[in-house]
Amino acid sequence: MDGKEKRRVLQDITAEVPAGSVVTIVGPSGSGKSSLLSLCNLLSTPDEGEIWVQDKEVRTWDIKKLRRHVGLAFQTAPMLPGTVLDNLLSAARLHHFSFEEPERLIQYVGLPENILKRDARELSGGQKQRVALARTLVNEPAVLLLDEITSALDPIAAREIEELIIRIHKEKQNTILWVTHDLEQARRVGDFTWLIVEGQIIEQADTSLFFSCPEKEQTRLFLQREHVEEIEP
Amino acid sequence: MSLFTLSLSLVFVGLAILLSNGFKLGLEKDIVIATVRSSIQLLIIGYVLTFIFSADNPFFMVLMILLMILAAAQNIVKKKHQIPGLMWRVIVTLLTIEAVTMLFLMGLNIIPPAPRYVITFSGMIIGSSMVIANLFLNRLRAEVRNRKEEIAVILSLGGTAGQAMAAILKDVIRASMIPTIESTKTMGLVQLPGMMTGQIIGGADPAEAVRFQLVIVFSLLAAAALTSIILSRLVYPALFNEYEQLIFKE
Repeated sequence: MDGKEKRRVLQDITAEVPAGSVVTIVGPSGSGKSSLLSLCNLLSTPDEGEIWVQDKEVRTWDIKKLRRHVGLAFQTAPMLPGTVLDNLLSAARLHHFSFEEPERLIQYVGLPENILKRDARELSGGQKQRVALARTLVNEPAVLLLDEITSALDPIAAREIEELIIRIHKEKQNTILWVTHDLEQARRVGDFTWLIVEGQIIEQADTSLFFSCPEKEQTRLFLQREHVEEIEP
Repeated sequence: MSLFTLSLSLVFVGLAILLSNGFKLGLEKDIVIATVRSSIQLLIIGYVLTFIFSADNPFFMVLMILLMILAAAQNIVKKKHQIPGLMWRVIVTLLTIEAVTMLFLMGLNIIPPAPRYVITFSGMIIGSSMVIANLFLNRLRAEVRNRKEEIAVILSLGGTAGQAMAAILKDVIRASMIPTIESTKTMGLVQLPGMMTGQIIGGADPAEAVRFQLVIVFSLLAAAALTSIILSRLVYPALFNEYEQLIFKE
């Protein structure tokens, strides 16, 4: 529930995410996609219902452990005050462990080592998103929640970030919930795809089936409309 | 000073009203209310203080201080800072500051434990803490609103509410203390403090008045630091729920 008039943001949602899979979540703006992600690492709580991560309801997890286990990357890649290095070390500082390899990690996300000393807030959008991902990876999350992380980037930077995520997924076998407005991206990267409209899951299916032969009329209409908008923006 | 002379000073109020009207500030009604309220309040407090000083009873002294704390807390809470349980947090803060400063002032024999000193010093310290608390809470609200994403990042990495607020609280504490520090720096150069001026006009030795003023200035510095630091520790948990989620509503 949200807002003064107690509007329902999500309702009647039942879905499972197989470990190690990539689920792409699509739907119109304001349909509740980001709210769904925030429920998964307890940045918000449902008024009714349960969210289970690895056989435990999220509210029974130790909150610190849950949020290290389920990492979240934001659309705008907000940077914490300080240098890129400060941002990379933030998780280690919060949890009092030593992180010895910031140079290796920054190169892993495709940035040069000398960027570590730069003010994080002065980076480009694509660089910020890489730093934000690296910052999240320091916690070694088994689950990654990606909230429209390429929507604010130019097409080249967006594609580079997408390829980075796919590489991370292949190497670390994380489970990924990926909210995206880019249907081609959802088709390229997803194992499963969900369509959320007005807080409800309209269809959930294998990504290839979702795009090639959707079951629901509402899905067909959504795909057609989005396709037309992509051709004639 | 005769009442007639006092009433002549209303010229200044008239000037403020004229300026407000001329520049269409819409503050005429507030100026009139402020004038009437301050006149009535000060006249009443004059009689109350006369009674308390002559009674020389610690009960009345403590009661007066508690009333001042309650009035200050009410003034802070009515500003709609949107923080749950703000009243008790402010009262605890003001009580602590009052206790600490009076303990030092009387414990070190800087002022005697007489109502004439305790009440006047308390009034200045509580009043100053009230202003700083309002500054602190206004700034806190603005910083939380502007830095929501920063808070969300730290929480999403598994940080606690305290960790998410640490840098913000440090900035807010600094910002709320700066006016007191700056005004202390210019004291005697730009402004002659009210208490000192009052004492000198009342015929006291200026050197003695300065010494008392310095005690007040130093106490106010400590009160400023204590107000913002205690309030920061008491207030930030109210912005989060049991799941370390930011629940602050704008």
